[in-house]
Amino acid sequence: MNRGIRKVGGTVVVLLLVLIGQLTYLQIIDAANLDGDPRNLRSVLRDFNRPRGEIVTADGEVLARSVRSDDGTEFEYQREYPARGLTVQVVGYQSFVVGNVGIERTYNRQLSGRAPELRTLGDVLRAKETTGTVVLEMRAAVQRAAAEALGEQRGSVVVLDVRTGGIVAMYSNPTYDPQPLAGHDTQAVADVFAALSADPAKPDLPRAYREIYPPGSTFKVVTSAVAFDAGTATPTTVFPPLDALPLPLTDNVLRNFGGATCGGTVFEAFVVSCNTVFARMGLDLGTRFPPGLERFGVEGPPPPLDVFPGAARNTGLEGADYRTDTPKYAFAGIGQGTVATSPLEMALVAAAVATGGTVLEPRAAREIRAADGAVVEAFAPRPWKTAMTPATAQALNAMMRAVVERGTGTRAQIAGVAVAGKTGTAQNSTGSPHAWFIGFAPADAPRYAVAVIVENGGSSGSEATGGAVAAPVAARVLEAALTP
Amino acid sequence: MFALVTTTFGYALVQLADAPDLPPDLWAILAGVIGLFVVAHLAVRWLAPDADPTLLPLAAFLTGFGFLVVARLDEDLARVQAVWAAVGVVAFVATLAVVRRIRTLERYRYTFLLLGVLALVLPLVPGLGAEINGARLWVRLGPLNFQPGEAAKVLLVVFFAAYLVDKREMLSTGTRWVGRVALPDPKYLGPLLLAWGASLLIMVRQKDLGSSLLFFAVFAAMLYIATDRGSYLLIGFGLFAGGAVIAYQLFDHVQTRVSTWIDPWPVAQDEGFQLVQSMFAFGSGGFAGAGLGLGNPTTIPNVATDFVFSAVGEELGLVGGVAVVAVVLLLCGSGYRIAVQAERPFPKLFAAGLTTIIGIQTFVIIGGVTRVIPLTGVTLPFVSYGGSSLVANFVILALLLRISDDNARARAPGRSGAAAAPASAAVSPPPTAAPPARRR
Repeated sequence: MNRGIRKVGGTVVVLLLVLIGQLTYLQIIDAANLDGDPRNLRSVLRDFNRPRGEIVTADGEVLARSVRSDDGTEFEYQREYPARGLTVQVVGYQSFVVGNVGIERTYNRQLSGRAPELRTLGDVLRAKETTGTVVLEMRAAVQRAAAEALGEQRGSVVVLDVRTGGIVAMYSNPTYDPQPLAGHDTQAVADVFAALSADPAKPDLPRAYREIYPPGSTFKVVTSAVAFDAGTATPTTVFPPLDALPLPLTDNVLRNFGGATCGGTVFEAFVVSCNTVFARMGLDLGTRFPPGLERFGVEGPPPPLDVFPGAARNTGLEGADYRTDTPKYAFAGIGQGTVATSPLEMALVAAAVATGGTVLEPRAAREIRAADGAVVEAFAPRPWKTAMTPATAQALNAMMRAVVERGTGTRAQIAGVAVAGKTGTAQNSTGSPHAWFIGFAPADAPRYAVAVIVENGGSSGSEATGGAVAAPVAARVLEAALTP
Repeated sequence: MFALVTTTFGYALVQLADAPDLPPDLWAILAGVIGLFVVAHLAVRWLAPDADPTLLPLAAFLTGFGFLVVARLDEDLARVQAVWAAVGVVAFVATLAVVRRIRTLERYRYTFLLLGVLALVLPLVPGLGAEINGARLWVRLGPLNFQPGEAAKVLLVVFFAAYLVDKREMLSTGTRWVGRVALPDPKYLGPLLLAWGASLLIMVRQKDLGSSLLFFAVFAAMLYIATDRGSYLLIGFGLFAGGAVIAYQLFDHVQTRVSTWIDPWPVAQDEGFQLVQSMFAFGSGGFAGAGLGLGNPTTIPNVATDFVFSAVGEELGLVGGVAVVAVVLLLCGSGYRIAVQAERPFPKLFAAGLTTIIGIQTFVIIGGVTRVIPLTGVTLPFVSYGGSSLVANFVILALLLRISDDNARARAPGRSGAAAAPASAAVSPPPTAAPPARRR
């Protein structure tokens, strides 16, 4: 029997050694993953019981800070959001119940002081707490201007610094107050969160980068850029005047806005936003259209935004075969049909024209500072894509200037500053058309790019156009951005 | 030997000192628990002076360690646990005192079978049984709840050891050939089928997957040891696989356990919550742990019983977890050594069976909480909160010590004390140095 005992004993030993192996896997190899998992409350609870760095705007306003808690709970600190709903879509919140989002999540390591670059060896040895301050590219004044310009209307405003890719303002309506979510009463927080999630107006949805809409005529900037670079059209190419474009493979036609008849050069068609011309250009591009969209980030991975949970993926002509789905190419030419983009994406499109073709990575954070104010990490501008050639960008710059000078976008004019832009009035399935405006200023030496969407035309409803409703919002926000 | 006990508790005390706020009476209780082991030790010196000196300190380490962790998780549970530890030590001393020769047990095999089966079905008796946490394992007597299944474990191992020793000749000679495998007479296959049926019955009626797995593995191991025939293992494995497949198809809770084991992440907020939280605990614990009292193990439901090891992993890290597994390894090593040293077949098989219970049970529960195997609820021997389990484990310990003492007497009649020397030498180096496998 001893042989059997030894074998059984050996088996038990092997089984127990397997346990030690698995323990080593869980506690050493996979430990960082498990510890960092957002569903693992341990790191969150740990973070709640030590000081946390501030989140401040570029112009010095504090958007998030930690103060000593005196509510009698086990938590030693309370997170405060003085700007409330104004900046929550970027700043996010820190919640031990529902997890962190926004900058609070993306830069959690720096804020909580766990980032190695924040700690010197001396700090580690003295067990000194070191937290980082996140300085945003956001300017509180511009963010406020965006919220005020939108007023009660549903929609989004995104303002980018075209030289850095920095997000100067990013706001959407409706919004919500993050303060209750940072509370220490589990049930109360869960209730607030449930109510937010159930609200049909979706205030918890950061539309500026998490929602995609048909971009309508603002997309003609993309169609033009792709066509110019592909050589299928130039600004001076002439298209015959039409009131409706017959769509291949169907009995349908694509009409101009208001049933108008238009045509002529691409330049003039752009200024008056003539649908038949750009639908035709979409068809002429054919299989060259999708790769062009990918160069803008309309197809492929979403823009790499440093605000958790990141930007929504845009859709272009994915899955639309030119031979069998030809009409979709016509609709894509005017930003309808399968095309859907986030307001952030359309701001990147405007910025690409402004910079001469380069799309920079959009970035909310400018730098991380240590407790003593020293900059420990500065985020340099990083190119993401090359959307078009400098020559094409220059041509589009002139076209977009003309739109604001004498076309559909005159209400985006600012006294003393040349503005370039494009309006859009996008048909959609949710009601009245969305009013869009994208653009940048100053047109001759661009500093800021903007994208505005007013959902379903806002207070103007079915009478709204991008030029009437969105352009004035853009003008007001650009003016604020250009005011030092 | 006494020094070993002391060092163990010295270590335990150091660990306790790290805990920030333990109420004063827990110190008194801890002193009481230590006192219990002094009593247990003296009882061994008196009743089984030649027994293996390593077993009691190892078990004491696990119990003390478990008491600490339970005290950190829930002070009230710790007080109850201390009372159960006292009951356990009383049972330990009583077992040593009553069972003066292990052979006595062999004679009453059918009595033990009867008692064992009775204990198994007791929770099913209406009015007496109680369902707690979805499993019908409990018997309620006035204010007292206990799991008779824990006692059944020991009782049935006595019966199996005696039965198998009796019938091993018949069982090990194959009479029927199926292909190239010789099968024994179906008449003697009875016990295996009985064990298989019993474990399935428990699984079905009491929703206790862990115990049935444990019963089955232990009986298969004993059958193999008794007959030295691999074909039993094959048949046993086949039967268990068959039973498991049927159970999987018949019962939702079995399916849930298996699917959460394969991929707990999609159901991390629902069925997989416990397991995912347990893995988080291990991950956050890392190498050295958060420190006793400084983690958040209470996010895991049932942390003091089934998931006590996850709390160890979180607060004492890989170091603490490996220490526990290593001590169980040493304990099993000592147990199997006692089995090998025994000269008569019954104590040999009995010791091996008892040791296998401890080893397999440890594997089943730690494997469950670390996602090596599907999770099934059994206690971690000596460590988990749970009275019945603690008492049963102390009885196992007493029986192993009795067998060990018998061995020493048989080898050196008239002398006492001398036989202990080689064994204690093997255990004194740190856990990593001497895996019991090499000593077999």
